[in-house]
Amino acid sequence: MKVSIAVNGEQQQHDVEPRVLLVHHLRETLGLTGTNVGCDTSSCGACTVLLDGESVKSCTVLAVQADGRSVTTIEGIGSAAAMHPVQAAFQEHHGLQCGFCTPGMVMAALSLLEEHPKPTEAEVREGLEGNLCRCTGYHNIVAAVMAAGGSKATA
Amino acid sequence: MIPAAFDYVRAGSADEAVSLLAQHGDDAKLLAGGHSLLPLMKLRLATPGVLVDVGRVAELSYVRDAGDEIAVGALTRHRDVEVSDALRADCGILSHVAGMVGDPQVRHRGTIGGSIAHGDPASDLPAVVLALGGTLVAQGPSGQREIAASDFFRGFLETALAPDELLTEIRVPKLAGGWSYQKFNRRAQDWAIVGAAAARVNGGTNVALVNMAATPVRATSVEQALAGGASVADAAASADEGTEPSADLNASADYRRHLARVLVRRALDEVG
Repeated sequence: MKVSIAVNGEQQQHDVEPRVLLVHHLRETLGLTGTNVGCDTSSCGACTVLLDGESVKSCTVLAVQADGRSVTTIEGIGSAAAMHPVQAAFQEHHGLQCGFCTPGMVMAALSLLEEHPKPTEAEVREGLEGNLCRCTGYHNIVAAVMAAGGSKATA
Repeated sequence: MIPAAFDYVRAGSADEAVSLLAQHGDDAKLLAGGHSLLPLMKLRLATPGVLVDVGRVAELSYVRDAGDEIAVGALTRHRDVEVSDALRADCGILSHVAGMVGDPQVRHRGTIGGSIAHGDPASDLPAVVLALGGTLVAQGPSGQREIAASDFFRGFLETALAPDELLTEIRVPKLAGGWSYQKFNRRAQDWAIVGAAAARVNGGTNVALVNMAATPVRATSVEQALAGGASVADAAASADEGTEPSADLNASADYRRHLARVLVRRALDEVG
């Protein structure tokens, strides 16, 4: 089936099998490997991308479901030379250790900050409940997201 | 994990979805947000030959005032139920519990109708609609019919919906009194190990349980005890009567029975 998806602002047209998951379409067809596959069971959030601006787990979305919509991946928000403010906050607050969960954390944080522009610590912790960090570095991740949202971390 | 191959068709309206179901027969499954069905398909526990995607049927995404009730379109996403002003004002338990389903990413995709039609006894929303004495509206080849929530859940992942029917609307009463939802789990985003929904409806107190049988169930012994003037503590002590909880790696059956009694007591205390 032909799908047309605006990925990071660029219209991408491809013929895909209906069973292809969005995360595989992004990684294997479009070469956007910043989005990771972690658990592959919609638990860990490593594959989080924005679909029409809202966080979704791209291992549980078919590419055909994204047809006609816009998708933003970690590659679409900033670069090493010009980081997005949320990425910069993760660097500043040491919000990553091994880094595997980080793309998903950053994308989930963007969606969270859209819904709660100046979140409380509780809102950040609840808003990131769909993202697991197996280094267990949650403390600094929460601090980074609060700093990116202009809130002062109390923890 | 990749689903087995299937054909994909997209419905633009409820009518089109029903005719596509009739055309493709038992081999077809409806796809809404996909957050119950796609995980099953990835595990190859479900291998439908055809997916009828109703995810874009915008006419079934709404929250409407319907007199004594509020009508919620089956394709309304959990996030939209969570932030609905109409539900927050008049049926707060539904918006509150929609905000406890899964995690934010799941709530951006999953729909109320999908969750209820899936009929998982461990899900939050089926028990809430059951406690509220809600009504489910289904559309099939011969038109629409209304199904009481008490008649809807028939077995594990089994509902009163026929294979050629689409759930179109969920109706819940406007609440004048208190309500409570108690969800017990060990990890964020998990299903409830046990849950209890309680609400004052039409002068009585209704109670339903999550994950205490093959379907969500009403705690009728608790409701009858309260109606007969029993104290909260005495009524809650019978919360596990008539239930058939399963045992799994999270909890033994006895522990689930204990949780049901404790969570119902907490829920009734909160309902007041």
